[in-house]
Amino acid sequence: MPDLLIELFSEEIPARMQARAAEDLKTKITNGLVEAGLTYSGAAGFSTPRRLTLTVHDLPEESPLVREERKGPRVDAPEKAIEGFLRGTGLNRDQLSIRDEKKSQVYFATLETPSRPAAQIVSAVVENVVRNFPWPKSMRWGSGPLRWVRPLHSIVCLLSDESGAKIVDLDIDGLQAGDSTCGHRFMDPKRFSVSSFEDYTAKLKRSFVILDASERAEAIWQDASNQAFALGLELVEDRGLLAEVAGLVEWPVVLLGRIEDQFLDLPPEVLQASMKEHQKFFSLRNPKTGRIEYFATVANIETADQGATILSGNQKVLAARLADAKFFWENDLRIAKSKGLTPWTDSLENVTFHNKLGSLKQRVDRIAGLAMNIAPFVGAEADLAAQAAQVAKADLASEMVYEFPELQGLMGRYYASAVGLPDAVAQAAQAHYSPLGPSDSVPSEPVSVAVALADKLDMLTGFWSIGEKPTGSKDPFALRRSALGVIRLMLENGITLPLKKAFALSESKIDVSDLLGFFHDRLKVFLRDQGLRHDIIDACISLEGNDDLLLVVKRAKALSEFLASEDGKNLVQGFKRANNILTQAEEKDGVEYSYGADVKFAQSDEERGLFAALEAQSQVITSALKQEDFAKAMQGMAALRAPVDTFFEAVQVNTDNEVVRRNRLNLLSLIRSTCRAVADLTKIEG
Amino acid sequence: MQPYDMEVGAGTFHPATTLRSLGSRPWAAAYVQPSRRPTDGRYGENPNRLQHYYQYQVLIKPSPPDLQELYLGSLEAIGIDMALHDIRFVEDDWESPTLGAWGLGWEVWCDGMEVSQFTYFQQVGGHDCHPVSGELTYGLERLAMYVLGVDHVMEMPFNDPQNPIALTYADVFKQTEEEYARWNFDVADTEVLLRHFEDAEAACASILAQEATDPKTGKRIIMAHPAYDQCIKASHLFNLLDARGVISVTERQAYIGRVRALAKKCADAFVMTEAGGFKA
Repeated sequence: MPDLLIELFSEEIPARMQARAAEDLKTKITNGLVEAGLTYSGAAGFSTPRRLTLTVHDLPEESPLVREERKGPRVDAPEKAIEGFLRGTGLNRDQLSIRDEKKSQVYFATLETPSRPAAQIVSAVVENVVRNFPWPKSMRWGSGPLRWVRPLHSIVCLLSDESGAKIVDLDIDGLQAGDSTCGHRFMDPKRFSVSSFEDYTAKLKRSFVILDASERAEAIWQDASNQAFALGLELVEDRGLLAEVAGLVEWPVVLLGRIEDQFLDLPPEVLQASMKEHQKFFSLRNPKTGRIEYFATVANIETADQGATILSGNQKVLAARLADAKFFWENDLRIAKSKGLTPWTDSLENVTFHNKLGSLKQRVDRIAGLAMNIAPFVGAEADLAAQAAQVAKADLASEMVYEFPELQGLMGRYYASAVGLPDAVAQAAQAHYSPLGPSDSVPSEPVSVAVALADKLDMLTGFWSIGEKPTGSKDPFALRRSALGVIRLMLENGITLPLKKAFALSESKIDVSDLLGFFHDRLKVFLRDQGLRHDIIDACISLEGNDDLLLVVKRAKALSEFLASEDGKNLVQGFKRANNILTQAEEKDGVEYSYGADVKFAQSDEERGLFAALEAQSQVITSALKQEDFAKAMQGMAALRAPVDTFFEAVQVNTDNEVVRRNRLNLLSLIRSTCRAVADLTKIEG
Repeated sequence: MQPYDMEVGAGTFHPATTLRSLGSRPWAAAYVQPSRRPTDGRYGENPNRLQHYYQYQVLIKPSPPDLQELYLGSLEAIGIDMALHDIRFVEDDWESPTLGAWGLGWEVWCDGMEVSQFTYFQQVGGHDCHPVSGELTYGLERLAMYVLGVDHVMEMPFNDPQNPIALTYADVFKQTEEEYARWNFDVADTEVLLRHFEDAEAACASILAQEATDPKTGKRIIMAHPAYDQCIKASHLFNLLDARGVISVTERQAYIGRVRALAKKCADAFVMTEAGGFKA
């Protein structure tokens, strides 16, 4: 059975697109083959800066002949119907067969998809895939109409088996498939023919091309680690950079270089950002000094001087880059030390945050006001929180952050420290952006917490007040992330600050229940990821005090444990039974049974037992709830399980005696209200 | 060709590139272009960043299939040995919001240093490029430093060191880098700049508002180039205002949009001329 080899050879493909493109090539081609009736035993896609390659194993020589029978109209059907059937099948009347079916004669058409040679199918599929390839961005070149990520130069398309290889007949806008490709652009650029995938990869390697990106990445990592180890250094791990660099070379050669002394005092993050962003260098740390002292660059070529020219060139470029970073750093420090952070915070006046929400300066003022008010709830000093909020975004006006936006916050911390602001204030400049996502760490220092909460609450109340809410997949201001941030800040720091109160601290006019609902949705997602069922959260959210997230979660966790117990499961059944009977009776009678149950109308021990249990446990529950001891409140509910069960076994609620019936309904309502103080069990599923 | 005789931020602004990349007529041009980038001023201290520097610009329409090989050949020709250096094509999608132009291509790295921009133009002045032009932009100082083995641009010989009056790059440009850096960053009169910006904008529009037929000669003369000069002016004035730090983030977008509107109008006008492929 033949194997298929495809190589699409082009000018340099952006590193970030390569892996996805190799995968897309594999799925699109194999799907196309399967649709056309060609099976295969396996396939793999590969990418280098200049090629996308696919190998597909064990294709049949041809697609099978497919016969399909289609039932048509009756022979005596109107002429139009018969003509329509002929048009649909593309046959003429003589080619139809007639069969008896249910006492009438019916036309049948037999449609045949003829068997096609694999090469023919491959040719059509490859052409279609090349013409419609899902590149994130594609282009035209020269005068032709074809689009590809960069100019496409040659195509290998081979079917090969033991008897040899055959070029698939394929021509895309004058680009003909062949059996030849070329090696490394500089080390071995000559063209050579290939006869199979194995032959192809072997010859590529001989021509200084490693086809497999993961093999290249592994080689880079190994080589860099070994060289670092030899110098007593640690390679700073960066998976994203490794993948990118593996996509920039066909023949990786790692070179280590030293960073000039004059730059070693720059903040390590600045060194790393500068080297990674502009030069794609890895950072190497000296474990003795804790500083980044070396870099690793990955060249695409072996040279006669063992890379000496390349390394010194890279060192020069790095020196220029770092000279720039140093220029920014020193300029920023000079401004900060001579004039403080005020020139920067003032200049935020000129930066628009959002045209309906004013300048960044206005936003900072709002955050400061909020942080001051939030401070007492999180154990922070109000003045310190306000001060921290005022300078938290000062670095946005610094040159360093202008050049490296990803250093925002971090630079703020450095500059705040440099001007002698208290540690808590400097820390908040960095930490107030956190948490940035579900896995980012949550600040715990009180001033940071106050500013972080204020920052996010201002986002939410601000955008809510101008009607910019997330819809579906659209969340341009990352408000979901902000809400999740508030949730995690409150829960992980154990902060009791009811949201309604928090919203009221901001000056924005908003639909409070709408924003609260948004928080509850986020909370459900957050707790579901922690394994809490959504119905359990619903049962807690529908109670009073649901804007106190800490309370809601405590309650939900206790309820979750309770429901996992035997007592819990049974009590819920008992509760639902009580609730159902009650609801039906209330509907029927048009009244609400809510009070007045009296033990003196009780007729049986089971009834009296329930009265006694409810009285005892409702006291337990009330006092437990007062202390927010939900576990104890749940125990109180658990203690109701047996009396409720016995009650339902022995007592018929709906009796002819109206007085007794009403009394029993009122008793049921006592179950409802007692449980309801703990959680809304009607929300529990199953 | 010769450099364009106006202040531009890059060789791309030369009408031989911007306007000539439009329309269907084949075109090939190469020229040196002095370029000004006020925000890049470093008082002549940065080893390779300048507010005034030189670009060598090549434009070929339609882009030939061996453009990469031609380009590498040009590096060999100036003495860069491909066997010793690490030449890389690193993704860099080019976009000029002020010109309403974009293209796909790379920045070309030589041992980690960006020495050229390599772009296949897809759109200019809001018009799709048919055929596509290939654009090569060489940073002359950087390449010269490379070839001469000099670490700091200012230390580079400007003429033959054996010449009786041997000059370095610093002799020629160090002082001007300082003067312009100070002027660009701190002194340029922003009100005047703003006024000039508005004048250029108005002039561009009024030039293009003229009848296609010249009343004096009776010929069809669309003044795409004079109008485009005003667009170039506006663009440079915007860069100066930007360096002075008086343009806020929101205003920035608005200014860029205004320059782009001029570029687009000029492109619209150029494609109605003979050089732009218009056939009466």
